[in-house]
Amino acid sequence: MIARLTAALAMGVVFGLGLSLSGMLDPARVQGFLDVTGAWDPTLMFVLGGAVSVALAGFALARRLPRPALDARFDLPTNRRIDAPLLGGAALFGIGWGLSGLCPGPAVAALATGAPPIFVFVPAMLVGMAAFRLVQARLG
Amino acid sequence: MHPYLAGLTGGALIGLSVAGLMLLNGRIAGISGLVAGLGQDRGERRLTDLAFVAGLIAGPAVFAWLAGAWPEMRFVASLPVLALAGLLVGFGTRMGSGCTSGHGVAGLARLSPRSLAAVLTFLVAGMLTVAALRGFAP
Repeated sequence: MIARLTAALAMGVVFGLGLSLSGMLDPARVQGFLDVTGAWDPTLMFVLGGAVSVALAGFALARRLPRPALDARFDLPTNRRIDAPLLGGAALFGIGWGLSGLCPGPAVAALATGAPPIFVFVPAMLVGMAAFRLVQARLG
Repeated sequence: MHPYLAGLTGGALIGLSVAGLMLLNGRIAGISGLVAGLGQDRGERRLTDLAFVAGLIAGPAVFAWLAGAWPEMRFVASLPVLALAGLLVGFGTRMGSGCTSGHGVAGLARLSPRSLAAVLTFLVAGMLTVAALRGFAP
């Protein structure tokens, strides 16, 4: 368990470093990427391209292995349906992302900077997550 | 460093983290799922999720120590708009089972059609939102 905790911590640091270096922590740059009809900033294409290329190699390797190095099995999503919750949820997320230039990874990582607006966004995000859980429990 | 090169290198580090968490622990590095899991999971899974999130928060501090400056952050929204956006991001990422990391990086790298549909949807919604913002305040 200590090995898995250490691995998770280390991978978290690498993720946060990558976000910091890539410019993803800068809401103006992220919003600029979404501003296709205005002053479009293509930087995020490079971020996504770099991330997906390396992750693609990692997942290709994972498919050839019987199990992960430190645990009993690979924990992969099994739901393959493209349905209304998937698309509706993604649309709501996209609206919030466009309004703020923030998505969950950069927002959580930016807590370290102590920037006051992040302490408005992240609590609101946690409330939104809890609200979905309540709605889901109510609707079954 | 040119922003595009910094983006590509930083992106590669993000990909390394996603690949590493899968190859080592067998887990998808989806931040919205990991953060929500802190309030739901029990036992070891909660601890490993907490360790990843703690590392994620430490990342910018490590960057500041290495680079000698904190990453640039220019906020674009007022506090009420940030609060509304936070609610939408939290609710939407749970309803849609993922965000930019889980669907955008891990999902696309797994060649998942479900994740591709989510990514296209949140990109288009984000672009329309910014276009509307610019339209209202040119």
